[in-house]
Amino acid sequence: MELIICWLYGRTMNIYGDRGNVLALAQRCRWRGIEARVIELGVGEPLEPGRCDIFFWGGGQDREQVAAARDLQGPKGETLRREIEEGAPLLAICGGYQLLGHYYRPHRGETLPGLGVFDAWTEAGSRRMIGNVVVESEEFGELVGFENHSGRTFLGPQGRPLGRVRIGWGNNGEDKTEGCRYRNAIGCYLHGPVLPKNPQLADFLIEAALRRRYGEVVLPPLDDTLERLAHSSAVRRAQASR
Amino acid sequence: MDPRLSLAVGVSRLSAAAIRRLGRGGGTALPGLLATLIDPGALSKLSRQLPGGCVVVAGTNGKTTTARMLATILEQAGHRVVHNRSGSNLVRGITAAFAEQSSLLGRVRGEIAVIEADEAAFPAVVRQTSPRIVLLLNLFRDQLDRYGELDTVARSWGEALRALPAESRVVVNVDDPTLAALTGELAGRRLAFGLAEQRVALDRLPHAADASVCRRCGTAFTYRAAFLSHLGDYRCPGCGFERPPLDVAAGSIALEGLERLSFEVTVAGREPWPVEVPLSGLYNVYNALAAAAAALALGIVPEVIQAGLAGMRAAFGRLERVSYRGRSLVIVLIKNPTGLNEVVRMLASARVEAPLLILINDLDADGRDVSWLWDADLEPLAGARFPVFTGGIRGADMALRLKYASVPEERLRVLGDLPGALDAFVSELAPGQTGYILPTYTALLALRRALAERGVAPAFWRQ
Ligand SMILES: [Zn+2]
Repeated sequence: MELIICWLYGRTMNIYGDRGNVLALAQRCRWRGIEARVIELGVGEPLEPGRCDIFFWGGGQDREQVAAARDLQGPKGETLRREIEEGAPLLAICGGYQLLGHYYRPHRGETLPGLGVFDAWTEAGSRRMIGNVVVESEEFGELVGFENHSGRTFLGPQGRPLGRVRIGWGNNGEDKTEGCRYRNAIGCYLHGPVLPKNPQLADFLIEAALRRRYGEVVLPPLDDTLERLAHSSAVRRAQASR
Repeated sequence: MDPRLSLAVGVSRLSAAAIRRLGRGGGTALPGLLATLIDPGALSKLSRQLPGGCVVVAGTNGKTTTARMLATILEQAGHRVVHNRSGSNLVRGITAAFAEQSSLLGRVRGEIAVIEADEAAFPAVVRQTSPRIVLLLNLFRDQLDRYGELDTVARSWGEALRALPAESRVVVNVDDPTLAALTGELAGRRLAFGLAEQRVALDRLPHAADASVCRRCGTAFTYRAAFLSHLGDYRCPGCGFERPPLDVAAGSIALEGLERLSFEVTVAGREPWPVEVPLSGLYNVYNALAAAAAALALGIVPEVIQAGLAGMRAAFGRLERVSYRGRSLVIVLIKNPTGLNEVVRMLASARVEAPLLILINDLDADGRDVSWLWDADLEPLAGARFPVFTGGIRGADMALRLKYASVPEERLRVLGDLPGALDAFVSELAPGQTGYILPTYTALLALRRALAERGVAPAFWRQ
């Protein structure tokens, strides 16, 4: 078996260790004997429908986010939207997450249109929300990460949160929601990176990809002792620092 | 006499002495804070007394080592140098360092100052000291949770540079595209340095590379040579922005294991002259070149620069060696992915086969976000045969990073926090064996404390 992991804007949008998510996906495939190939798709490079199995999109600085938003106006964005609609698994963090909502409105300059996959929108805020985060998710259990954003994301009526913030700011620092879920797509503010310390999320994405390409599959479990150790030490730090 | 300044200096010195007597560490933050509260103009007044002026050294990586190198060269030239030695690089730490080297009447005992400035403090330090020379080393992503985005830091530096006195010179590493762009308008007052060498170039741009996108037009750079992270000989295919010509260049670089490095300095096409430094790693080539370029800008002759650099000793936590219970411990501070990459590259290229202890803390001074571990390339450690131990507050995160870098789990062990981790690590070493310890900043402080309690290593503020 083989999976192709598409790393969207890997060169320009890769901040705070986001690349660790790609490493986690690839390694957790390889440890199970599944070939994993990573391709980076940058600005100006077309997305071929049906070619990729898992999408990852990280965060970036303002300038890079503008370039990505522009790049997705047209057939490339349309293809990505259709893939997600058809069940392709995707993880988007911070800047990528924001551009999958309806729009991102910065302090200065034009509002950036998003793909509208998530019923959510983001507005630049005045304070930076920084720190360890613990989220309770019905679907995935306890999630831990590190947030660092000034954008405030609000969910619309169709926007289902990834979970509720137990410690930290979350989407906007007000309503205790964090992230957004739609079909097999996950958007959130959890750097850290999120997948190594929350391997159940990585396995959800891998399993969804395998099911889509190969039909029903059972993912053999891995020894996650170190993952659990890092997870619980991160939770302890969140408790101590907040 | 300025009574307010004199009081500020006196209080700073007395409180520093008191803190030292209590054994509470270097004691520069509180004395400096008191001095600035008593006289907010203290740093400005003290620094302006120096006939030779001030050199302000700034950059994410290497400022402590580079400032020490330059201070050593200036001392070699016979100058009395005011220098904030122990890495206290905020305005109050710098003020305390000046007070420490002043008379109680507020007269500075020195001719020239070499000041290491924190990235965030750089604009304030420049404003207060009106430096004769600003030495800019590099800008990496480091502790961004404290400073915000790289762009924000770059913008504040740009404003500070525009406000410099007209006679100030800017000595800058133009291998860093961000710094080259920031200093582009200063052409007449800029002294550009960089590497002129193909042999030490990397095969490809490493993952931790930060500024690989053109600030002017947003296009990704192409590199004729990438030396260290995003530092290299770059060109923007979008707008044609490229590395400016080098005024001072290093070539014929030779890295000899962990012991020494050498290179040749070429100034504006003239005959090159050799430099030898008893430190290792390509990042120290950049540091030595930076110190040499700044020294040249101050009118120091090559012979003195050569002698100064040859006499360098490693700074606090930068490849220090201590012996403890018959074992030899080599300590290398790691602050960010680029620094960690270089240490890993150095260990791999010197074929070091010694147990490793990596200590990761996430306190304010380390950066609270440990995501950066995943921006570093730990993969070269996958094939090594020695065990890798991790410790500190976030030791488990480091172990996890190594697992995903394909280091086999049977070679990994999480030892927990200091000082227990130190004792456990040392007991894993055979008598006579060498072990490497890579701590983050506060882990290094804790390590030094633990060693001092065990009767090893001098306290760092006396170095
Ligand atoms: Zn350009």
